[in-house]
Amino acid sequence: MAQTEQDGYEKRLGEFAGREAAPPRPGPDPVNVPMIRHWVEAMGDRNPVYLDEEAARRTGRAGIVAPASMMQAWTMRGYAAATAGQDDGSGLGELIALLAEGGYTSVVATDSEFAFHRELTVGDHVGVREIIESISPEKKTALGAGRFVTTERTYLDQHGETVAVQRWRMLWFRPARTPPGGREPAALRPRPAVNRDNAFWFEAAREHRLVIQRCDACGALRHPPGPCCPRCGSYGWDTAEASGRGRVYSYVVSHHPRHPAFEPPYVVALVELEEGTRLVTNLVGVAPEEVEIDMPVALEWLDPDPELSLPVFRPVTA
Amino acid sequence: MSGLSGRAAIAGIGATEFSKDSGRSELRLACEAVLAAVADAGLRPSDVDGMVTFTADSSSEIHIARSTGMGELRFFSRVPHGGGAACGTVQQAAMAVATGVAEVVVCYRAFNERSGQRFGLGRADAPSGAGADDAAFAWVSPFGLFTPAQWVAMFARRYMHEYKATGEDFGRVAVVDRKHAATNPAAWFYGRPITLADHQASRWIAEPLRLLDCCQESDGGQALVVVSAERARDLPHPPALILAAGQGSGDDQHMMTSYYRPEITGIPEMGLVGRQLYGQSGLGPADVDAAVLYDHFTPLVLPQLEELGFCGRGEARDFIADGHLEVGGRLPVNTHGGQLGEAYIHGMNGIAEGVRLVRGTSVNQPPSVRHVLVTAGTGVPTSGLMLGTDR
Ligand SMILES: [Zn+2]
Repeated sequence: MAQTEQDGYEKRLGEFAGREAAPPRPGPDPVNVPMIRHWVEAMGDRNPVYLDEEAARRTGRAGIVAPASMMQAWTMRGYAAATAGQDDGSGLGELIALLAEGGYTSVVATDSEFAFHRELTVGDHVGVREIIESISPEKKTALGAGRFVTTERTYLDQHGETVAVQRWRMLWFRPARTPPGGREPAALRPRPAVNRDNAFWFEAAREHRLVIQRCDACGALRHPPGPCCPRCGSYGWDTAEASGRGRVYSYVVSHHPRHPAFEPPYVVALVELEEGTRLVTNLVGVAPEEVEIDMPVALEWLDPDPELSLPVFRPVTA
Repeated sequence: MSGLSGRAAIAGIGATEFSKDSGRSELRLACEAVLAAVADAGLRPSDVDGMVTFTADSSSEIHIARSTGMGELRFFSRVPHGGGAACGTVQQAAMAVATGVAEVVVCYRAFNERSGQRFGLGRADAPSGAGADDAAFAWVSPFGLFTPAQWVAMFARRYMHEYKATGEDFGRVAVVDRKHAATNPAAWFYGRPITLADHQASRWIAEPLRLLDCCQESDGGQALVVVSAERARDLPHPPALILAAGQGSGDDQHMMTSYYRPEITGIPEMGLVGRQLYGQSGLGPADVDAAVLYDHFTPLVLPQLEELGFCGRGEARDFIADGHLEVGGRLPVNTHGGQLGEAYIHGMNGIAEGVRLVRGTSVNQPPSVRHVLVTAGTGVPTSGLMLGTDR
């Protein structure tokens, strides 16, 4: 990134400090004995105050209490929700998207500090409010260059009283690109579904020829191709070879979602060939902000992998 | 007026909550929405004898029928093309009811579109077979054009070029949707309006589309109960008469990439739907008191206004900037908040809002609504409805 761009990125990250990470959200279930039992069994915690009323009372408590370590568990939404991504307009979702923009696409939780205000008893219903506290400057770590994101989670009971405060820290990092001793395999572009009606076009492309299907009865050109001429009904056809000259009819500059075969932002264009048909293609040799509708373009060939050849276009002077 | 006009009515609507993570199966969401709609109609599950959904739905009618105790069904049908199916399901139901093929038909759509399989991620790595539908993606996916947002962006860029529209013109659609959602407690974005500046500051997804041009992804279900107009008059709610119902696939139609027509700034399949809606109902654009226009992406709301005759070609940006989509404007639109603001339930929640507008119970109810036009998915083969008050 250029320095001014870098400064702008830092500033945008900094603007998240103090923002709500997500709207306050109550836990799915109130504090209950079955979940406590599963937890202490899984943890091997034999402390009787979690399941034995008598034992709990002997310690001066009113009855059994939930293990403090379960605090976060009462507010968890389950695996599917937690892994489904966050671009739902929440502060954290936006921050994660901005981190991804900076290449910080991998995450690992690094630490969690709790301050407990009171113990939870059966029937309590815990919710959580999360505020983004800080985003660190970039740090070099064993996992890769990354930034620590710290949030403060306040756990509230059904009366809105604070029962615990948690400081939660995650490292968002750029995964190390090249594994030791070898190169990463290049990601493949999405495969075209090739069938009896379109195979000729992709086979010609392998020979770096851009062809257009032509009706052998009425001479009409058609793209995308089909088995039958919509103008005269003939099933017979051959192909015409395109001159490779055309103009940009429309275009898209794609940023999201990320696909490993494409380096964003990239340009997908709808090019109108001088023969009159249009095709979807990519533009090369031009910055996205310099693309214009009606710009004259000429054919080039791209071989993104040994199985695939695609026509792409480069701007030319008219 | 056609043989279908006024013969059937929507007598019940029902939905689940709209969320990002329902925590329940898609079948369960469908059952909840269907049972809520049947109860709203004052009927019992055993009264239902027909069901219609999308080909895209994961829960066949048989699963819902056996789970909810409907018993026998004598009519079931599915409509293709994603969100373009929405109003088409009601057309199927109305035709079945009008011809006596069935008496009580439930239309439904339910999915975990946010917590489960997300459409927004596109089809880049979808399995590809030898069929024509899969082969159609061969002309776009290898070039990195594989999401609905990207497909729509291609139309939007050309529209901007030809009509001098701007990103702000698209943004105003999002602002009015979110304004309506802000007062709708059922909306995901309840209490969270946006400004045009928020829209302009949101990140690029597929230029010229920004994040706030793209509708949210949602978990939820919505169902509708269709019966004859006569029967609807005996049920608890004022009937929402189906004055017209049409489907449309345009000349040289592709699934969502109809880029090869002489012009790509219009939505000819929606024009075809509009002509049917006006023809069947005997109404015209001036008779429409409110509309629910499909808004998966803001740019395609503009040509809908043009295709449906609410303004001339290229004039939608002025029509919107003049405030006509607001409650109190010439054509209040998406009073529930649209899919951008309420939830993305493939257009079915918009039909429910059309019913509430006819009943007079929208949270943003404009005065004296008699006719409501509802559209389904754009860019794809689509459908539409004209709903109206009784007599
Ligand atoms: Zn021919």
